[in-house]
Amino acid sequence: MRRLLALHALLVYLFLYLPILVIVALSFNESRRGVRFTGFTLDWYQALFQDPRVLEYFLNTLLVAFVSTLAATVLGTLLAVGLVRYRFPGKGFLSYLLYIPVVVPDVVMGVSLLLLFALAREVLGFPRLSLLTVILGHITFQVAFVTLVVRSRLLLLDPALEEAARDLGARGWQTFWHVTLPLAWPGVAAGALLALTLSLDDFVVTFFTAGPGATTLPLYIYSSVKLGVSPKVHALSTLIIGLSAFFLALGYTLSRRRI
Amino acid sequence: MNEAATPWQRAFRVLVTVGPGGLWLLVFVLLPTLLVLMASFLTRGPYGELTGPWGFHNYAKILHPVYLEAFAQSLLVGVLATVISALLGYPLAFYIARHPQRDLLLFLLLLPFLTNFLIRVYAWLVLLQREGLVNALLGAFGLGPLVLYPSFFAVLLATVYTFLPFFVLPVYASVERLDWQLLEAAHDLGARPVKAFLHAVLPQTYPGLFAGSVLVFIPAMGTFVVADLLGAGRVVLIGNLIQQQFGITRDWAFGAALSVFLMGFVLLSLYLYARLQGERGLKDLV
Repeated sequence: MRRLLALHALLVYLFLYLPILVIVALSFNESRRGVRFTGFTLDWYQALFQDPRVLEYFLNTLLVAFVSTLAATVLGTLLAVGLVRYRFPGKGFLSYLLYIPVVVPDVVMGVSLLLLFALAREVLGFPRLSLLTVILGHITFQVAFVTLVVRSRLLLLDPALEEAARDLGARGWQTFWHVTLPLAWPGVAAGALLALTLSLDDFVVTFFTAGPGATTLPLYIYSSVKLGVSPKVHALSTLIIGLSAFFLALGYTLSRRRI
Repeated sequence: MNEAATPWQRAFRVLVTVGPGGLWLLVFVLLPTLLVLMASFLTRGPYGELTGPWGFHNYAKILHPVYLEAFAQSLLVGVLATVISALLGYPLAFYIARHPQRDLLLFLLLLPFLTNFLIRVYAWLVLLQREGLVNALLGAFGLGPLVLYPSFFAVLLATVYTFLPFFVLPVYASVERLDWQLLEAAHDLGARPVKAFLHAVLPQTYPGLFAGSVLVFIPAMGTFVVADLLGAGRVVLIGNLIQQQFGITRDWAFGAALSVFLMGFVLLSLYLYARLQGERGLKDLV
């Protein structure tokens, strides 16, 4: 029985890694089409680096990811603190609203934001679909995830710690800054990391909220794939796979060291 | 206890913490949702704009066989992807949870998952195309070449590939909490292995099984990218219909109605999940 489970696991892991390994191998393949390996080459990487548009898309992706993650982390952390610590009218409703970006399929999320921006443009005259609207869209789904992650961390904390700070004469913001925030920090960091990953990976919401000139790497990959299999995309994918593997491995070793 | 905060101070604190994020949710989540609902009752104007008259005509249009077929296909993809994920993921979760190197195995499970979603889908296009690896392997056995892409099969395969970790992780969490003494007790009482598993182990993993099913079913049903790239026009799901209405067809009103319909399916599956799992279950999902 145990052997059967092990064999099954091996096959599933093969299934998970086969596509990725094929992409990596093809990025070094001389042949433009097909899977026959005709010779090793770095031509596709050279072509990729010589394409100034790719650098622009890369910078766009980073800009969107960092700005939106920063904003969403601040908004989400404050919201989580408010939801856990205070009672106020509409609290239940707000908690439900928080789940909408999590459960709604991203196509629906994308088109609903598109409708919002179209209406705003009609009534207010702005915003034009651009990197700004992409950032606004990303913040929207990120806020929900950050709030939920930070909230679950705050719920684990002992409220007596904050009471003690108040009893010792700390003001509201002092308690927040010196007690609540440091204790919630692992949750805030985890939420921010999740938000960053979601933004870097997002295609659908970006697709509906980006205008001309606001191309990110996922949009670029999509349009090149639509045009046909391209070795340059293999090279770009291999770089992205390598980078994500590096950061995940880094996080993995760091988290093990702490234990 | 120190002197309590005055009502004004308390209102101020709520305003500072909840205010910005709450306002954001109202403007960027609630308002757009209401706009979609509203647009679904409007009509497409001659230039693709939204105008009157109001009515249920967009919903009536969904009942046309062409659109109903897209819904049926989406449902099929959702259900099949969930079942296949269960067959692949359930035993895997047990294997990982009982392995001495389980941290490493979890890491290896998540690694492909963290590479870009589009790349993962694209990889299957490369594997399944006419000159791809799968056909090359088939050719080595004197079989094929088969037209694997574009096809329903390709869409299903890539959907499972994309969402499989969503199934494994909740089941893994259930297996980790499992009380193995129940299994021993069942054995001691003379239950055969299959019966012991069905009565002593399986029920304990229901929470993970249900959560995993919802987490695979909802995105599998709602995706348009996988069908767009691997179905290449032959497999049309609800997501693709919605994208078309907001793209080339430019019938936002009908697209909005389709979105509301899709949301209905999502809410229905969440409702069924909540009935099976109890209120707590919804929080376990996230």
